[in-house]
Amino acid sequence: MTEMIATPACFDAPTTLERMRYWFTDVRVMTQRYVIHIRREPMQLSDVTVQPVLFTLLFIYIFGTAMVVRGGGSYKDFALAGLLMMNLTTSSVGTAIGLSTDLSTGMINRLRTLPMSPTAILFGRSISDLLAAMICSSFVVMTGLAVGWRPDAGAASIAAGFGLALLFSYALTWAMACLGLLAASPESAQGIVMLFMFPLAFVSNVFAATQGMPAWLATIANWNPVSAVTSACRSLFGNPNPSSTIHAWPMQHPVMASLVWSVVILVVSVAAAGHLYRHRTSN
Amino acid sequence: MNKNNMIEAEAISKRYGQTQALDGVDLEVAAGSILGVLGPNGAGKTTGVRILTTLTKPDSGRARVAGHDVVSEAAAVRRKIGVTGQDATLDDALTGRQNLIMVGELSRLRRVEAKRRAVELLELFELEDAADRVVKGYSGGMRRRLDLAASLVMRPPVLFLDEPTTGLDPTGRRRMWMMIRELVADGATLWLTTQYLDEADALADRIAVIDHGRLIAQGTPLELKAAIGSQLLEVTLASPHDGAAEAIEALSSGSVGISDGGRRLRAPVASEPGLAINALRALDEVGALVDDIVVHRPSLDDVFATLTGVAPSPDEDEETEGVAA
Repeated sequence: MTEMIATPACFDAPTTLERMRYWFTDVRVMTQRYVIHIRREPMQLSDVTVQPVLFTLLFIYIFGTAMVVRGGGSYKDFALAGLLMMNLTTSSVGTAIGLSTDLSTGMINRLRTLPMSPTAILFGRSISDLLAAMICSSFVVMTGLAVGWRPDAGAASIAAGFGLALLFSYALTWAMACLGLLAASPESAQGIVMLFMFPLAFVSNVFAATQGMPAWLATIANWNPVSAVTSACRSLFGNPNPSSTIHAWPMQHPVMASLVWSVVILVVSVAAAGHLYRHRTSN
Repeated sequence: MNKNNMIEAEAISKRYGQTQALDGVDLEVAAGSILGVLGPNGAGKTTGVRILTTLTKPDSGRARVAGHDVVSEAAAVRRKIGVTGQDATLDDALTGRQNLIMVGELSRLRRVEAKRRAVELLELFELEDAADRVVKGYSGGMRRRLDLAASLVMRPPVLFLDEPTTGLDPTGRRRMWMMIRELVADGATLWLTTQYLDEADALADRIAVIDHGRLIAQGTPLELKAAIGSQLLEVTLASPHDGAAEAIEALSSGSVGISDGGRRLRAPVASEPGLAINALRALDEVGALVDDIVVHRPSLDDVFATLTGVAPSPDEDEETEGVAA
């Protein structure tokens, strides 16, 4: 055991360039760590693999047989964008719970005594969640294709639809991270997140057109960011989109509305998450 | 301030709600030495470690580690310390090797260097066979060793070990002690908190005793032991007796503690043959009826009883409640 403790390694103050390189390394290392978690923890893995397949099949076969799409078209074609958004929204719950769990173990103390960048924990988590969202999306799409969903648009337009869905999902991850940082324990994180997640996923045009809802509920649903992204995806995929006849601004301009929502949520949540993290770990 | 001190704390205080976790503690640790910090649960040991390792800011007072202020130069301190916490500070879902590489990379090692260092440490701590197994399946002893290995990735000059052997079996403890001794032989400065007197005795150059957030004694193990006697005599009487304390005092190297309404007496004594018999005779002479008599080596409880003048409390909750100042 000789040479265990050598003379202290000499660290000069790092330059801006070095600091940036360190930050990218920290984010990469934390991303790898969370990706390993997804692989090794059955709950997390099933959230992005089994669950999207089951949800997609259940909704298409249970609701699909009874639903008539307003304005015509097949329910399968109508449902897919909605199922994509529902799956992405529900799987974002994992971010809040995961982050809250992380903060409740001794691991965070080890990380905090290292000379790493503290925000790397949040960025690493969000990037691994984006990868998980991509896996989740591809399972929804493969299941959809297997049961007969067909897009009717150019490749660029379809890709833009998925890009928009993932951008929104990434922004939502940061909002969920804030909730996870606010919660006192992983259990309360779960409670808080469910409170936000359910109306977000369900008071929307995900499963049915909002025209049939009571006026006040329809207004909320039409302005729900999830509705905007779902609408944008439907129109970019070339699938039936009954919301296009609604006069609310986000339904008339779903792509623009999706971008605005995503950017606003992202900017506010990233700033808030950084602040909350510092506050949370300052004592 | 002494240049040879690697750790210096000046009047550090910290309060959590109603509990004064630390109350004006001054401590110094010379370079290359081990300070053993003793105290019961809730005494403030962990708070001390948290402040010195930049995890918590003190309410008042100042502390320097490796020449850097723990508040204003936290980043510099973090580059000079290794910390092994009380609760496992490892990622359960990662393998032992992945944990070490992660810590290495986050400590600014390049990936190849981090991998090489991980191999060295796994070998050093006899974890090669378990290197690629997920930490969740590790035994308590293996976790502790990996935890210590993770603290040594950067060869830090100052190490904080917070109860490194709590929960280990005797073999595991001895193995840990051996590794700790070798660290200091290599020049590290160690801050070791423990609940075990024998651990502090075996490893530390100096011992600091903390209770209710206050430093109540410090010195070399020899000095502390001299203060509490090498043996403790404990007597339980059938009924309280006026002359008993005086009879015991004649044999004692310190003062006699009385509890249980005068039925229980305890006194530090020098180790000598026939001690129990002499005590029995002395008590018999004054006419005290003895139920039970024990001579034993002082435990940490006894150290506290002697240093604080309070009999050890059987109720642990009382300790954690602390002094609501």
